[in-house]
Amino acid sequence: MEATHALASGTSSLLVWLIALPALGATILLLAGRRSDKWGHLLATALSGASFVVGLVELFKMLSRDGETRGVSQHLFTWINAGSFNVEAGLLLDQLSICFVLLITGVGTLIHVYSIAYMEHDHDRRRFFSYLNLFIAAMLLLVLGDSFLNLYVGWEGVGLASYLLIGFWNQKPAYATAAKKAFVVNRIGDMGLSFAIMIAFTAFGTVSFQGVANHAGPEHKQIMTWMGLALLLAAAGKSAQFPLQSWLGDAMAGPTPVSALIHAATMVTAGVYLITRSNFVFDSAPTAQLMVVIVGVVTLLFGALIGTAKDDIKKALAASTMSQIGYMVLAAGLGPAGYAFAIMHLLTHGFFKASMFLGAGSVMHGMNDEVDMRKFGRLRLAMPITYITFGLGYLAIIGVPPFSGFFSKDKIIEAAFNAGGPRGWIIGFAALLGAAITAFYMTRVMVLTFFGQKRWADEAHPHESPKLMTAPIIILSIGSIAAGALFAFGSSLQHWLEPVVARGFVEGEPALQPIVVSIMALVAVALGVALAYIKYVRVPVEAVAPTNVSIWTRFARRDLLQDAFNEAVFMRPGQYLTRALSFFDRKVVDGAVNGTGALFGGLSVRVRRVQTGYVRTYALLILVGAALILAAMLAARI
Amino acid sequence: MSPNNYLVLSALLFSIGAIGVVLRRNAIVVFMCVELMLNAANLAFVTFARLLGNLDGQVVAFFTMVVAACEVVVGLAIIVTIFRSRRSASVDDANLLKY
Repeated sequence: MEATHALASGTSSLLVWLIALPALGATILLLAGRRSDKWGHLLATALSGASFVVGLVELFKMLSRDGETRGVSQHLFTWINAGSFNVEAGLLLDQLSICFVLLITGVGTLIHVYSIAYMEHDHDRRRFFSYLNLFIAAMLLLVLGDSFLNLYVGWEGVGLASYLLIGFWNQKPAYATAAKKAFVVNRIGDMGLSFAIMIAFTAFGTVSFQGVANHAGPEHKQIMTWMGLALLLAAAGKSAQFPLQSWLGDAMAGPTPVSALIHAATMVTAGVYLITRSNFVFDSAPTAQLMVVIVGVVTLLFGALIGTAKDDIKKALAASTMSQIGYMVLAAGLGPAGYAFAIMHLLTHGFFKASMFLGAGSVMHGMNDEVDMRKFGRLRLAMPITYITFGLGYLAIIGVPPFSGFFSKDKIIEAAFNAGGPRGWIIGFAALLGAAITAFYMTRVMVLTFFGQKRWADEAHPHESPKLMTAPIIILSIGSIAAGALFAFGSSLQHWLEPVVARGFVEGEPALQPIVVSIMALVAVALGVALAYIKYVRVPVEAVAPTNVSIWTRFARRDLLQDAFNEAVFMRPGQYLTRALSFFDRKVVDGAVNGTGALFGGLSVRVRRVQTGYVRTYALLILVGAALILAAMLAARI
Repeated sequence: MSPNNYLVLSALLFSIGAIGVVLRRNAIVVFMCVELMLNAANLAFVTFARLLGNLDGQVVAFFTMVVAACEVVVGLAIIVTIFRSRRSASVDDANLLKY
């Protein structure tokens, strides 16, 4: 076990620049303030691009080495050195992290470019770009950290950037509340990560990936199970998985590029990265793995159901993100058979979901920031480029061959069926059902936005967005066409990741032939599309959401009562508890302290009356006192 | 020898002094009454010294006189100062230091 877990064998001194460049950008822009308003966005974009170039250089260097020796590391400094507790700040770039590095810096740079135009009329554009740079730096630290504690720093950094960007327009109280909600829910998940780190340190005395991996194996099954569950909680918080999914919908309050970069392509997938990176933990803990699968399946159906009822285009896409990450988590829960497919779906999803979000932003840009799809309709004529790119993303996400979603999602469904026994059939059919619902709600989004009748507001004058916005969308949609085939061809991504996540793993006999699974998935997709066609193309869509709908639609519109549940189960009892505690504090604790003070205060008001100022009174008191003492002494004598 | 007469005289003098301190308002008279009480104590000391045949009591009597002299010096100075500023030697008029 030990020898096979050599995560990195070489070193590279370039790694730190990946993080340092965007971090430098964020620092300069924040410190220079308004002076950098004119050129801040250009600097931020350039530094993000430079980071991407460094990533490419690292990729080519990595390609020139082979197999087991591809991972490189860079030791930065000794962070904590206290007795037996020793944490080195180090970076690790292996086949898994390079995928993320290129996704983060690549998609990130495109979204920087897009934002230059999208945020042009916002007088805080420079601040927006400094936060974007901060996010890129933190996310890179997250994927490059070589220990759980280094990862944790990046993990918190992206949480901070996410909070700042969701609440970027915090002059609107609802947006500020959404930011706070995301932050609070994320803290619950972060507790899971800190528990995992504490468990690792107590049990193994180390928090580095390598150190914990050395202890992996059936002999530490119980510890690994607890650690796995704690990591799952962390992943659920960051990746908006059940039961911590409620923040993602509200996070759409942030500017659309933020939704595309952070809440679709990169940050929300950090949970999947965490599970994949901790593969040695989950591989030793079947119970934790089963929980991961359950969370993934529940979330993929949960998100898909919410997606069917949302009229807000960004919230519909957010529900879809939740559901797609459910697929990734499900795949990651399947162990070595699924890690590569989780990452593959993560990468293809990064392309097509980012392109769709940017498309949604482009639509909003042309429609005076309208987000209600019932007020869109027939936009394909007004915005041809947005229509085509969004359409390509649509074909990719519902899984039509040969677009990228087909390859990645099919692989996950296949792996789910192959999980074996009744479990395999259950999660396999759940994943198929999810695919059908995905096809339904994405068709709905597509039809409502680009087809049907005009339902625009009178003052809307939809127009195509400027080239700075369409160019990134076009590049991303090329990715959503080609990425899947590229990764799936000859199982290239699977072999690429094998040294990190699936050493010595041998595929068993499949439960179903791949072609059968593909046909089943396509039938499910066709059913979903057909249902959406019947409901939204045959019947004209109303501009105002109908109110006489079934109870299920109402449930889905209210996010399956997730907020009501959280409010009733956690928020209200918590509120009552704090009220009771504050009442106790005010009445009992403060009462005792203030009561003692008041008692002696009142007493002294009365006692000080003895000080009359008349010398003769004092003399008399002394005399009486002396007489009494004398009398007492005499009495004691007799 | 019987100390009774001396002690009774001492007690009488002390009582007169104490009553004078409590009842009189004039600071000079209060002062004299204090002297009276001190001397009553002196008388008791000297009586017991004679009765017991050692000199301790007589020595203490001397100390008392010294203390009394000091007290007069300080006390009279205070009384004169108060009289100068307030035109009164009544102890009841000097009652500003109170609650």
